[in-house]
Amino acid sequence: MIIGREITAKRLLVILLLLLPLSLLGALAWGSVSLGLEESLQALTQLLQQSGDRASVIIGQIRLPRALLAAIVGAMLGISGAAMQGIFRNPLADPSLIGVTAGASLGASIMIASAGSWITGLGGLGLISVGAFVGGMLAVIIVYRLANSEQGTSVATMLLAGIAITALAGAMNSILELFSSNEILRRISLWRMGGLDGADYQRVTAALAVCLLVVLTLPRYATALNALLLGESEARYLGVDVEKTKTWIVVVVAVAVGTSVALAGTIAFIGLVIPHIVRLLIGPDHRYLLPASALAGAILLVCADIVARTVIAPTELPVGIVTACIGVPFFISLLHRRSDYGMQ
Amino acid sequence: MNVLSLNSVCAAPYGSPLLQDISFNLKAGQVLGLMGPNGAGKSSLLHCIAGGIPCTSGELYLNGTPLKDWPLLVRARALAMQVQSAALNFPFTVEEVILLGRTPHASGNLCDKEVLQEVMTATDTTELRHRPYTQLSGGEKQRVQLARAVAQVWREEDAPTRLLLLDEPNSALDLSHQRMVLDLVATLAKTGCTIILATHDFNLLSAHANQLLVMHQGTQHSYGTPEEVLTPTMFQRIFNVSVLVQRHPENNSPLVVHV
Repeated sequence: MIIGREITAKRLLVILLLLLPLSLLGALAWGSVSLGLEESLQALTQLLQQSGDRASVIIGQIRLPRALLAAIVGAMLGISGAAMQGIFRNPLADPSLIGVTAGASLGASIMIASAGSWITGLGGLGLISVGAFVGGMLAVIIVYRLANSEQGTSVATMLLAGIAITALAGAMNSILELFSSNEILRRISLWRMGGLDGADYQRVTAALAVCLLVVLTLPRYATALNALLLGESEARYLGVDVEKTKTWIVVVVAVAVGTSVALAGTIAFIGLVIPHIVRLLIGPDHRYLLPASALAGAILLVCADIVARTVIAPTELPVGIVTACIGVPFFISLLHRRSDYGMQ
Repeated sequence: MNVLSLNSVCAAPYGSPLLQDISFNLKAGQVLGLMGPNGAGKSSLLHCIAGGIPCTSGELYLNGTPLKDWPLLVRARALAMQVQSAALNFPFTVEEVILLGRTPHASGNLCDKEVLQEVMTATDTTELRHRPYTQLSGGEKQRVQLARAVAQVWREEDAPTRLLLLDEPNSALDLSHQRMVLDLVATLAKTGCTIILATHDFNLLSAHANQLLVMHQGTQHSYGTPEEVLTPTMFQRIFNVSVLVQRHPENNSPLVVHV
């Protein structure tokens, strides 16, 4: 069925490519102030002319950067999840398994707690981003050092080390919370729930740069990842430089997850559910799985953010709650039917 | 020239020596049978030859060049291995798994499809081609993994020398498919592909291997033609089993019979 599957895969990519602009347009139109598709399109065309009407301001200043950030973060989480599951050879693996999310979360909490009351405005958000990014990277480096030996990287050790790092980061987080004032406690927990508010073009640019790096790097390892699914020694005998592949993927995924956690907080389940769904549709071939996961992740997060903004408008839900609400039931139903798809 | 040449090869990947003082030579198109009790080092030797386990001392030459000097990708075009336990948890179809064997080659889609067809016919996997690998039975999985390894060195044009390492390729196969493995080995050897075959089926080796190597506790116990190696004394010493060695009524090769 490889021909059949290849055609399905290409079709899916085309469909996703069409759905992404549609979902972005939806994100522009819907919100606490509903603008309608036509009006948003008009406002979009007027953006460049700096017109000052209400729709243009709402779309240009608030909704467009936010929708773009959602798409970029979703894409990074989707493709990172697919790549991680590939090198762990486990369809249920997730970037948070290797401790990046926990490390990033701790880094951000430390920043919020130590900077205290100065954490306001853009500078504060920048500080949180740096904290999350550094924390995520540190976690990956520690886990990778622990798991990497002369005989190669042990996936089991890496998973266990990830669990240990997550537990340690969780404990340190709790200590921080214990000694934090109510105000800071609220900030930390709000941040951890995930949110895309505070999106602006500066953040979009930063995210886009990282996203391009990720989206251009990971697919180069698609065939290597396919071979790796057979096992590490099999991949080596197929001519794959296993160590180099694993190192690059771990680093790139750490950067991607660290950045997205920094910019949007902990957004759960995209990296787990998206590659899973895509794999069910087109099979595990990474040449299609990686780009399709990026696109599907972008679409899912944009849609989740629409829901987060509108469901109890004018108040917003953190988008992490929405992705969890979408992701968990779906994922449970997948788990229930996993034998149909040959997943043990 | 020797396709494969081992000279006092030792390996100790986990500290204690796994392989000690292994020496043999193989020419193009020869079949070497590897036998020995469980844990004797058959798989370790195959992994060592494939480059997965480094030699601690001794020399290992593939086509006259030290194995470690071969670039990974070039080596993968010349050398394929079917490993014993293949854990693939992703629902690749059988076709996709076999085509993974073409990963190191840049022979193009069309040629790979041709190889796929031929290999599927040779391994009786054509019927399974669209099934997810994860839903296959043990014997079917073994055939697919065999097909994948074979696809890697199938064409004579693929590499100047080709070496195929098979680690118990028939342990889960029924009688007709064991026969199929034999025919496949013979066909490949005829095209100049050198094959090392580890198995517990002595009679299969006796009729089809040019040379036999008996491993015992990581060392080379005996090495020679089937006539020289398959003796009741060897079976008594290595396997602690008394057997009769007769002659095969048709091809006159040694035939091992349990007493």
